[in-house]
Amino acid sequence: MVKINGEMKDFAGKNIAQMLSAMEYNDSRVAVEVNLEIVPKAEYDARILKDDDSVEVVRFVGGG
Amino acid sequence: METGDNRIPTREEMYKALEDRMGSELQQKFLKASVAICGLGGLGSNIAISLARAGVGHLHLIDFDAVDITNLNRQQYNADQIGMEKTKALSENLKKIAPYCEVKANHIKLTRENIPDNLSDVDIICEAFDQAEQKAMLVNTVIEVFPEKYILSGSGMAGMQSANSIKTRRAIGKLYICGDEVTDVDDGIGLVAPRVMTCASHMAHMALRIIAGECEP
Repeated sequence: MVKINGEMKDFAGKNIAQMLSAMEYNDSRVAVEVNLEIVPKAEYDARILKDDDSVEVVRFVGGG
Repeated sequence: METGDNRIPTREEMYKALEDRMGSELQQKFLKASVAICGLGGLGSNIAISLARAGVGHLHLIDFDAVDITNLNRQQYNADQIGMEKTKALSENLKKIAPYCEVKANHIKLTRENIPDNLSDVDIICEAFDQAEQKAMLVNTVIEVFPEKYILSGSGMAGMQSANSIKTRRAIGKLYICGDEVTDVDDGIGLVAPRVMTCASHMAHMALRIIAGECEP
């Protein structure tokens, strides 16, 4: 299980792009941190989530 | 009606007035600080004015847009500035408020490629763009390129919901998010001055707290 924004989810073995898509995030409107390190967008496909990973997804909304 | 004394106070008089209000330690910290403001709309123009009033010594303003009539409902420009580059118009307005604040203005569009060259000279970066994709691009690039810098992002201040839902939180490392993180201008709910200014104030205040050495939201 992987902790995503504080909730345990079954995404171990999936990559970040798959996790974002399953959770209905738009990958151009987020910042993703895994175990306290930012993951560059270019690595969303390559980075595979493991059991006990802790993920923070920050979602940006428009307006300024 | 009485007419004001039109003399601009000297640098020493301005610094003394700030020191009397805040103490010399804070005044010195603010004076030495440099903050970049990326995007000069409702968030950025209000952040710039708050920081200049507080006595922040160096502001780096970045925007590629010009003042439009639809900006006047929430952005710190005047009706006679429509059509002017925002960098130029805001520099002009800041000069009247805080004549000794050192303002560097760049009329450019920030991209992944030019961010390293344009943001190396500041301690704190305020992300004050309009579009969610641009916000994400700036925040991601800054965290990757400048992990030592603080970045404050405004996300969620559209519409007429309560101003009390706007908050500051520390999200990832040195990234702070100010806003409700939900209300999206793309949903056609508009932007009104007080709610945008509430978010801008959260960002400006967090910047001042960081400069003062208080890193908790």
